[in-house]
Amino acid sequence: MTAVAHSTTMGLDNRKLGMWVFLASEFLFFGAFMSAYLLYIDTTNRGPGIEIFDIPFTSVSSFVLLMSSLTMVLAHNSHLRGDMRRMRLWVLATAGQGMVFLGGQVYEFTVFFREGLDLTQSPFASSFYFLAGFHGAHVAIGVLLLLGLYSLSLTGKIKPGQDVKTEIIGLYWHFVDIIWVILFTVVYLIPELRV
Amino acid sequence: MATMTAAETGQSRLRPSKPTGFLSWVATTDHKRIGILYFWTVLVFFFIGGVESSLMRAQLAQAELSLITPEIYNQMFTMHGITMVFLVVMPFAAAFFNYLLPLMIGARDVAFPRLNAFSYWFYLFGGIFLYSSFFLGGAPNGSWVGYAPLSSDAVSNMAFYAVGLQILGVSSLASAVNFIVTILNMRAPGMTFMRMPMMVWMALTTSFLLLFAVPIIAVALFMLQFDAVFDAQFFQPASGGDPILYQHLFWLFGHPEVYIMILPAMGIVSEVMPTFSRKPLFGYAAMAFAGAAIGFIGFGVWAHHMFTSAIGPVPRAAFAVATMFIAVPTGIKIFNWVFTMWGGRIRFTTAMLFSVGFVSMFTIGGLSGVVHSIVPHNAQQHDTYFVVAHFHYVLFGGALFGLISGVYYWYPKVTGRLMSEKLGKFHFWTWLLGFNLTFGPMHMSGLLGQPRRTSVLPGELGTTVETYNLLSSLGVIVLAVSASVFLYNLLRSMKHGEASGDDPWDARTIEWMTATPPKVHNFDVIPVITARDEFWHRKYAESDQHIPVAVPVGASVDHDEHDGDVGHIHMPDPSLWPAIHTLGVMPLGYGLVYANWLLIGIGLVWMVAGVFGWIIEPLAEGDDDEPALVGAATH
Amino acid sequence: MNLGSDSQADARHSRQPAPRPGRRPGRRPGRRPGRIALLLGVALVLAACSGEQNALDPAGPYAQRPHDLILYVFGIGALVFVLVQGLILYTSFRYRRREGDDSMPEQVHGNTKLEIVWTLIPAIILAAIAVPTVQMIFEQMDEPEVDFLTVEVIGHRWWFEYYYPDYDIYTANEMAIPVGMPVRLEMTATDLARSPDLGVIHSFWIPRLAGKQDLVPGHTTYLNLQADIPGRFIGQCAEYCGLSHANMRARVEAMDMADFETWVAAQRTPATVPADGTLEARGRELFGDLGARQACASCHQVWEGNGLRGPGQGPDLTHLMSRIEFAGAIHDMTPENLRAWLKDPNSMKPMQYEVNGIGMPNLNLDDDELDALTAYLLSLR
Repeated sequence: MTAVAHSTTMGLDNRKLGMWVFLASEFLFFGAFMSAYLLYIDTTNRGPGIEIFDIPFTSVSSFVLLMSSLTMVLAHNSHLRGDMRRMRLWVLATAGQGMVFLGGQVYEFTVFFREGLDLTQSPFASSFYFLAGFHGAHVAIGVLLLLGLYSLSLTGKIKPGQDVKTEIIGLYWHFVDIIWVILFTVVYLIPELRV
Repeated sequence: MATMTAAETGQSRLRPSKPTGFLSWVATTDHKRIGILYFWTVLVFFFIGGVESSLMRAQLAQAELSLITPEIYNQMFTMHGITMVFLVVMPFAAAFFNYLLPLMIGARDVAFPRLNAFSYWFYLFGGIFLYSSFFLGGAPNGSWVGYAPLSSDAVSNMAFYAVGLQILGVSSLASAVNFIVTILNMRAPGMTFMRMPMMVWMALTTSFLLLFAVPIIAVALFMLQFDAVFDAQFFQPASGGDPILYQHLFWLFGHPEVYIMILPAMGIVSEVMPTFSRKPLFGYAAMAFAGAAIGFIGFGVWAHHMFTSAIGPVPRAAFAVATMFIAVPTGIKIFNWVFTMWGGRIRFTTAMLFSVGFVSMFTIGGLSGVVHSIVPHNAQQHDTYFVVAHFHYVLFGGALFGLISGVYYWYPKVTGRLMSEKLGKFHFWTWLLGFNLTFGPMHMSGLLGQPRRTSVLPGELGTTVETYNLLSSLGVIVLAVSASVFLYNLLRSMKHGEASGDDPWDARTIEWMTATPPKVHNFDVIPVITARDEFWHRKYAESDQHIPVAVPVGASVDHDEHDGDVGHIHMPDPSLWPAIHTLGVMPLGYGLVYANWLLIGIGLVWMVAGVFGWIIEPLAEGDDDEPALVGAATH
Repeated sequence: MNLGSDSQADARHSRQPAPRPGRRPGRRPGRRPGRIALLLGVALVLAACSGEQNALDPAGPYAQRPHDLILYVFGIGALVFVLVQGLILYTSFRYRRREGDDSMPEQVHGNTKLEIVWTLIPAIILAAIAVPTVQMIFEQMDEPEVDFLTVEVIGHRWWFEYYYPDYDIYTANEMAIPVGMPVRLEMTATDLARSPDLGVIHSFWIPRLAGKQDLVPGHTTYLNLQADIPGRFIGQCAEYCGLSHANMRARVEAMDMADFETWVAAQRTPATVPADGTLEARGRELFGDLGARQACASCHQVWEGNGLRGPGQGPDLTHLMSRIEFAGAIHDMTPENLRAWLKDPNSMKPMQYEVNGIGMPNLNLDDDELDALTAYLLSLR
């Protein structure tokens, strides 16, 4: 075997492969929560149900999150070209959009809570908050990772040749986005068709 | 897997030898040391789990005894189950995987050494966390399945169960990712999938099972715990919550979990049997794919644990048929093992005895498993001692026999000394006797109507049932004696065992090619693999009749070259961060159990800080993909 | 054949409450080593016909059919067992390395034909088992095609409640059924609307009459059973339900149709009201009012004919004395046991009233109150 870096059996960086494998596991995590949500979608225990959703509002925040995938790609692309200044810019933009999304979720939860959708109200409430909340937690972790990436790059700890780090965080970020696309469809849109 | 010479890296110093002592173990990222840590921790928990079962068997030795209160009894069987499943059998397999996988595939370490340490510390802290409940108002008492709403009730002790298992789940998930990447990505040149030792195949299958099963129980446990502590409504019947959802989620994890526990043992047996029969594994491809098939079908049979639950006839029928057919790949494995021995020159060392015992006992467990799939009669067996007998034949007669076989087999690899065969054989025969004495009669007491998880043996079941129970209890005494001999043998042989040399068993796989015990970097020169059973083929050529003929000494490289300066080999740096980071799970865990936001906050901040410490920790030799060092990375 | 051979079993068949005080431990004869050794020898042989809670001794079609099927499967299983274990033993002996033999075996890597054989044969055997299994699953669960009796079963921590919707009868632990008629149980667990018990999963199991079926809160599950011979059939809760799971027993009393009709008629009559001035009357008064303490009547019903009969939190006591055992059918219905129970229920059966209101509280009754209440309970025939 020749002595070059990343000479792995599959030709894929270990960390990248690790992230892929981990994300495969995450799909089942969200899948299980989603099945609970679908089971309980009408089990509202005389509390608020799906009519509480504000589709236009959530659509806007969903759009913001989707766009952040684009900036994430741009960040990775800049890193590949070794343009660290641009890369940092796009990373910040991505994190910013993530935070906008999170802000939207916090706002949304607050409104729902005021309207009586308490975690302890019904199985529907519990499963909605868990599903959306765990997604939110994933976004928050992603934002932390992006901010870490930004500051480490600023202090020079992440160098132009180490684009794999941006790529891995990008993988995670895209995954979180994809989950949201599914989640938004299953939680908000499909039930809306029935109302 | 690049190995560097000093000239290539421009660094002339050899890696400084690792410090010894307590801190070096805390900071270790060496897969072999982590494997050893796993092993000894497992033994401690095994002892505790054994004490718990002894208390239960004492209580049930006669009808209507009241040696321990029902409250204590319920904690005992719950903790016994949790301990043996999550703190003994699973990490026991992890101990083997850790130590052996890199050696077997010709790697210097696992893919993520620090993550590997992280897995161990999560496991240790998870175990300590669970057991701390004994001092904090009582251990979990809702059985290892933790069915809601009994367990989601705020007055149960099951919050510790939910959080504790969650912690252990993180450990398993991290290990699974680590092992999968290691196996897929770090094989020695020439080590194709179909040349991997069977143990590696089983590790790969097991890791994939964990990868897909753990997130599901994570969800179930989150729900259970938030129901119990934060008054969520997932399983509360009063607000429309459905307890059956918990059962589905739990068993969707729980059934693959069964295979997670048995497949590693199958892998071990598939290594031991060929070595001591002096024949290759019979039907290698069938073995590999049967393992994968068991894993795959294992995700489609979960509801057979719920045949008496609130599910209709159609799912009952569907899951019955699926369950029956999982016996097919299992049967393939059993016949292949027997035919591995067939025509061989079988050397009955202790390791081999345990492997043969595994095949024999596991067959019994497999047969009673098929019996469970007869749904109309399952309604009689379910939740009786017949089931207890069944899964002990699978997990004790199966998994544990296989794992112990592995201990005897690889002990010399780890220590450089052989375990006493005399004591080993005593251990085997008493173990076999004690095991069958304990669990054999349970088949009958179950069919005669004794339900499991009852804190008292009702006198009205009759004297026959009582006799069977007495036999079971006596069996535990035999097992206790046997286990003590095993422990003595383990400890004594470390100092006084016969020196083993590098290849005491005339083995077939490459972990025996290197020094014994292996050096930190495993292989001085990574071997190039040209065949399945690479090491064997370096030692023996085959005549026209396929009879092995020893290759003259020196004609082939059949051992790692230990001598001389091998130059610089970049190995993972020791790091304290995994342990530091992981410790934060303790305040977080207690916070979640007691709904204490301060503790939760401390735990979260601690762990996030730990991650950052981990990330920015300067590496002694630079980052893998640091431009200046491109070409120097080894992992 | 009855290896259990305790005379209690026979006594129970004749429905004679034998005056035996205390919990079960005192009831068992002491054991001698000789007896154990003897039992050891015969146990396996006689196993199939001993004990009352025995899944191998069916007494009705819903237990008999699965039993026949399982014997067929056990037969196949035994054959496979002998074959595989024999093969393992034979191989081990035949191919063990002899002393001084350093020869090497032929390196066989596999044999596709053989491997196909041992893939197909088990598959065929399993298919042969699968077909009757699937058929029987539906047979066992479907509503009986002939006339049947419906009994609702509600699981509480830790006792079974039975309600006969056709007759408006409530009773506990002991279920009376007519011989030869299918009984369809409609089962669920209690809920918070009724009691402090939020409802957990239990499982109703009378091995000689049918397999078990879980009682799940929020679900209704069904179980068919039938007794072809009269007698008392015992069983117990088979799904772990917490602290006193072991003390949650169930009984089915199968009787001829005429006896069953007599039983129904008796259960449908209101409880007798004791004459004024008697000890029983004093007990009845206390039953309804214990001053600052919780009254018995707040959980237990004694129906005296006025108003509707309805479920209480605890077992219905209207015809308490028609039952042979109490407290989840773990204690014989004797005056001594009843008095001890009223004095300190927790010492007779572990419960958790102090924790979350489940089970019977200790009412701190004084001796006079105990006497009066016991007398009253004994009058509820």
